[in-house]
Amino acid sequence: MENAGYFFAAFAIIWAVVFGYVMFLVNKAGKISRQMKAIEEARPRRDQA
Amino acid sequence: MEQNVFRKYWLAVLGVVLILVALWMVFLYVPTVTQDGHPFAQRIFYFHVPVDWVAFLSFFIVFIASIAYLRTRDRKWDNIAHSSAELGIIFTSLMLLTGMIWARPAWGVYWVWDPRLTTALVLWFIYVAYLLVRSYAGEEVRGARFAAVLGIVGFIDVPIVALAIVLWRTQHPAPLVFEGGLDGKMMATLMVSLAAFTCLFASLLRVRFSLRKAEYLLRSIEQE
Repeated sequence: MENAGYFFAAFAIIWAVVFGYVMFLVNKAGKISRQMKAIEEARPRRDQA
Repeated sequence: MEQNVFRKYWLAVLGVVLILVALWMVFLYVPTVTQDGHPFAQRIFYFHVPVDWVAFLSFFIVFIASIAYLRTRDRKWDNIAHSSAELGIIFTSLMLLTGMIWARPAWGVYWVWDPRLTTALVLWFIYVAYLLVRSYAGEEVRGARFAAVLGIVGFIDVPIVALAIVLWRTQHPAPLVFEGGLDGKMMATLMVSLAAFTCLFASLLRVRFSLRKAEYLLRSIEQE
């Protein structure tokens, strides 16, 4: 399989970048979720005050 | 409840299925074609063309959404444009990288300053500038306005990149898809790969848009 290395390099780069971006989105979603939770927890305390 | 789950995930599921089918077709179904004496590297074509298409599509969305934002000043359009530009830069980067990897065995070098490659690199710089303008504008609304103008003007480069191989003499291969240069199996593989990457892009755009909307909402709540 001549030049298969180039094909697999292109293949690996594409899916590594896509996977990396998906992980970036997952991390962002987690961060937003934690911030929302913190706001929800702070809210009853603020309401009581 | 079940209908909501289906509505939320159908695009992502379709994308995954199409990607798996495309991978099978690229690795096992499509015949090996020798181009310039380099058989296996030619298969990069089935990834390179779809990422090109998605990059152009994303900048088209930036163009339309930027016009809509300047007309309506509705944040939703700015959000769509910003999310699409981010994805556009990723896919343009992939376009340049896969092109360079294909070029090495085909031309003996990773890069040549020919019209197609050069205008594609300019396209990448334009949309990097789009994101930078937002960061350095100082105020969010001002940044959105400047970026919208750049998103409209910068789109001029997309047809230039697409037509560069027709307008000028370049080393880049001719548009085989439109010249009937692909046989049935090759065309089918390319079409499935195009559909797969388009679904992937649409899913990622949808998620990015939702996350940006949530971030904006959080900022508004924190400012109260």
